[in-house]
Order: sequence, then C-alpha cells, then structure tokens
Amino acid sequence: MRRTLADREDVLGVAMLAPALAYIVLLVGVPFVLAILLSFSNASAGSLSFEWAGWRNYAAIIGDPIFLRALRNTAIVTIGSQVLVIVLATAAAQVFRATFRGKHLARLVLLLPWAVPVSLAAIAWTWIFDSTFSVLNWTLKATHLMHGWLYWLGDPGLALAAIIIVQAWRIFPFATVIVLAGLSSIPQDVVEASIVDGAGFWRRLFQVELPLLLPVVAVAVLFGVVYTATDLGVVYILTGGGPANTTQVLPTLAFQRGVLGADLGQGAAIAVFLLPFLIVFAALMLRLARRAEVGAR
Amino acid sequence: MKRLGLYAAAAGFMIFAGFPFYWMLITAFKQNRDLYVGAFDTSHVPWIFNDPPTLEHVRLLFGQTDFLRWVGNTMLVVVAVVIITVVIAVPAGYSLARLTGRWGERVGMGIFFTYLIPPTLLFIPFSRVVALLGLQNSLGALILVYPTITIPFCTWLVMGFMRTVPWDIEEQAMIDGYSRLAVILRVAPRLILPGILTVVVFTFTLVMQEFVYALTFISSVDRMTVSLGVPIALVRGDVYHWGSLMAAALFTSIPLAVVYNLFIDRFIQGFTMGAVKG
Repeated sequence: MRRTLADREDVLGVAMLAPALAYIVLLVGVPFVLAILLSFSNASAGSLSFEWAGWRNYAAIIGDPIFLRALRNTAIVTIGSQVLVIVLATAAAQVFRATFRGKHLARLVLLLPWAVPVSLAAIAWTWIFDSTFSVLNWTLKATHLMHGWLYWLGDPGLALAAIIIVQAWRIFPFATVIVLAGLSSIPQDVVEASIVDGAGFWRRLFQVELPLLLPVVAVAVLFGVVYTATDLGVVYILTGGGPANTTQVLPTLAFQRGVLGADLGQGAAIAVFLLPFLIVFAALMLRLARRAEVGAR
Repeated sequence: MKRLGLYAAAAGFMIFAGFPFYWMLITAFKQNRDLYVGAFDTSHVPWIFNDPPTLEHVRLLFGQTDFLRWVGNTMLVVVAVVIITVVIAVPAGYSLARLTGRWGERVGMGIFFTYLIPPTLLFIPFSRVVALLGLQNSLGALILVYPTITIPFCTWLVMGFMRTVPWDIEEQAMIDGYSRLAVILRVAPRLILPGILTVVVFTFTLVMQEFVYALTFISSVDRMTVSLGVPIALVRGDVYHWGSLMAAALFTSIPLAVVYNLFIDRFIQGFTMGAVKG
C-alpha cells in the first residue's frame, strides 16, 4: 500500500487547521493575555511604552464608587434581563410549537430583534424612550394608566429598567428558537405517555418538558448572559452611562476610561472584571454539554 | 377558546418583538409636523399617519448624509472578511470533522470557546495592536479584527455541517484511486458548498451588526460602517433627524431579517451543538 504525504490524514489535518489556529492564537490569544498584562500597567493611548504598575489600577477602581456601581449595574441588567428572557422564551416556544395560520409571518416578526444590528435597535429604542415624544408615555397617558410623566432615560431607576427591557427584547427571540429546537428533540413517546397518564398542560410543562429542556434552556440563558454582560452598544447609545454615571456597566466604563480617557491600564482592569462572568459561563456550558452527551447514549 | 388564546399570545409576542420596527417605519415616512408633536398631547394619536406620508426623510438620508458611503464601506469590509473567513475557517472545519480524530474534538471545543471572548474584553489590547500596525482610523483595522469573531464560529459551523454529510462519496473516490489530498481538493468542495454559503451569510450578518470595534477604531465619519455611522454620526450637532435615522435603521434591518429567516436553522444548529444532539 502506497502512503505518500498526500495520504497522511494527520499531516493534512494539521496543515488545514494551522492557519485558523495561528489566527486565533495571534489575534485572540495574544490580545487576551495583553488585556491582562495591560491591566497591571500604566499604559496610556498617547505613548507606546508602558511600565509595570502592580495592583495600582485594581486598587484605584475598587475604591471608585462609579466602578462599584457599574459592577452592580452589570449584574442587575444581566440577571434582570435573563429572568425576563427565560419567561418570555419558554412561553413563546409553547406558542410557536403549535401550528396556526400566519405562523411564518409571526416567526419572521419574532426574529426581527435578533437580526437587526444592536446599535440600530438601540437608536430606535432611544427614540421610543424620548423625553418629549415617547410613544410609550403617550399610550400610558391616553389609556389613563399614567397621570404624571416618565423620563425614561433621565431617571436612574427607569433608565436601568429601559436597558433591561431592550436587552430582554433583543435576546428572547434567540432563546425562543433554541428552546424550540430543544422541544422538537424531546422524545414524543415520553410526552404521550404523560398525556395517557392524565397529566394536564401545566403538569406536563413543569414536570415533564421543562426538566428535559433544562440543558437547552441553560445554553440559551448562558449565551444570553454573555451577550448582555459584555454588551457595550445598548447602554452606550441609550444613556451613554448617564445620567451622571448611574447606568454605567463594565463595558461602557472600560470604554470611557480606556479609550476616551486614554487610560488603557485602568480600562483593561475594568474589562478584566468581565472574566468571572465568562469563566462561570464556560464551566457551566462544558458541564451541560457533557451531561447531554451522557444522556444521548 | 384554546385557539383564541393561542392567537392572542402569538399576537402579543409579535407586538413586543415587532413594535420598534413599526415605529421605525412610521417615523421614517411621517411629516415633521406630524412627527414632532409632544406625547403629552393625548388628542394627537402618534400610532398612525395624521398627515399624508412623505419621502422627505428618505431623500435627506440618501442625498445629504454619508449613508450610502457607509453602506459602501460596510460592503467592502464584508467582502474582505468573507474571503479571509472562508479561506481559513472552511479547511479548518473540514479538518476537524474528517481528519484529526479525537484530539480534533478537543481543539474544536477550544476554538468554539474563543468565540465567547467578547470584543469588550479585547478592544483595549486591540487598540494598542492597531496603533502599532498603523491601522488607526482605517477599514483595515476592521478587516484584521473581525475574523477573530467569524473564524471561531464558522470553523465550528463547518465542522458540524461536515459531520452531517455522509462519508460514502469521499470513501468511494478513494476506492476509485484518489489520494486523500485529491479527495479534499476535488470532491470535498462540492460537498461543503452549502456549509460555505452559511459561512458567507453568517459573516455578512456579523459585519453588519458589529459596533464595539468600529466605535473603538474608526473616528472619521467618511470611514464609518452603517452600524456605527447611523447611531453616531447621523445626529447633526444636537439635532436628531429622527425620520432619516429611522429610515436608515429600517433599510438596514430588512435585508438582515430576510437572511436570518432563511438561515435560522443552520445558525441554531451551531449554537446548540453539544447540548442538543440528534
């Protein structure tokens, strides 16, 4: 049997994989390490040289109330929006698994928030939440649900609520589609057996389907967590972190200090605080993937 | 009764998801005197056209703003990033699915996780790298950096796609006397074509949507992409041209929505692989 280089699968495999690995190592791996190194330096955007600064950047941000607020806001926005996403996506998946007239159109509309660029969605919502022309305010007023006036993006609490609404709005279609994919993979005989045993809709939902769906829902939520916790566009465009830095999240604050303020070291230190979110995410994801694999055998 | 509840729920979700787009549509074609009536005036219903619709905002958008230039810039970046991604990610995905065996599975998982390292963590070191390469304020910076998002995801997509393609055809070619390399060069491209299409579409949508890197690297208005220019630079001074802004958002969303609707199942496969098997 002839075995030339053109038949060696291991050699071909490495050769075809090498460019992708090289790109990822050079342009994801190296910058990732650089991000952590910069966070321990006094680098600024003005000059290319920098010196070791030890824990100074971290000490500075931990004593900074704006940073602590940003950290808290990141957690509030992420958790708040993902709770909304779970509820909306499980409910929407129950609706969209049924067949009904106009389902294709309904699906197209449902997917719109996911397809539109984040920055353009955010500018549309900025207009919807406008202090003078807000259609939400008009509707609440015209239906007599509200008598005063809501300054959506001008009040810290309301602005945070607005950010949560927009984040949930843009993630829930994605989560719905993932949950639908999970629903279609539930063995039909399990569901039928539960019907034969007399389980009603709610019982079936909570005791049969949701437990089986858990890995899929978790995947949807965990992607949602990453997309929300690390998102810059929504907050940057809706509030710019304002009023008076009350709605800053870690990405917007890192941008403000690191890019606009040219303090790369401190910006990097702020961004590095995103890592715990991501590490927890990666660990959970691996665990769920493994569990699903065991379940499939 | 049950049907009624179903339709009501479906309508509810459609309204929540679609309402901002309806609002873009109605804003884009309203006359200013119909548009800028304060919401405190409850007698003026903002949900409908109170005056006849107008094309004035659309004309302003295409005639007097940099919108078309941004579209051109975006397309340039799309083409370059698509080429880079296809050339690098497609062979890698094939390799992981067919050639590397068990250790390839580990590498594949690792590559996928790099997709989760967010731009908001990397934009600060990248601003340094981009400055070193002299690419500040140029589309070259975006062309260099965007594949860091597209390559991991697309490698993963192609790998998943190739695993669903039966091995028979390639096997038959080898029985017919093709070398392994000849199979890869002559037989595999035909099999992988639908996968490549998904890669192109995903890259297109990603470049259209990216905001963080564009915001960090591009400062001149004439070099912006659509997703950066519209929210950042269409505001003239302190005056928001809401009609033109919403027209731009609408026109950009439509092609993306169509593409998403066509390719949704492929994308979802990519995201749920590992969690949903079979």
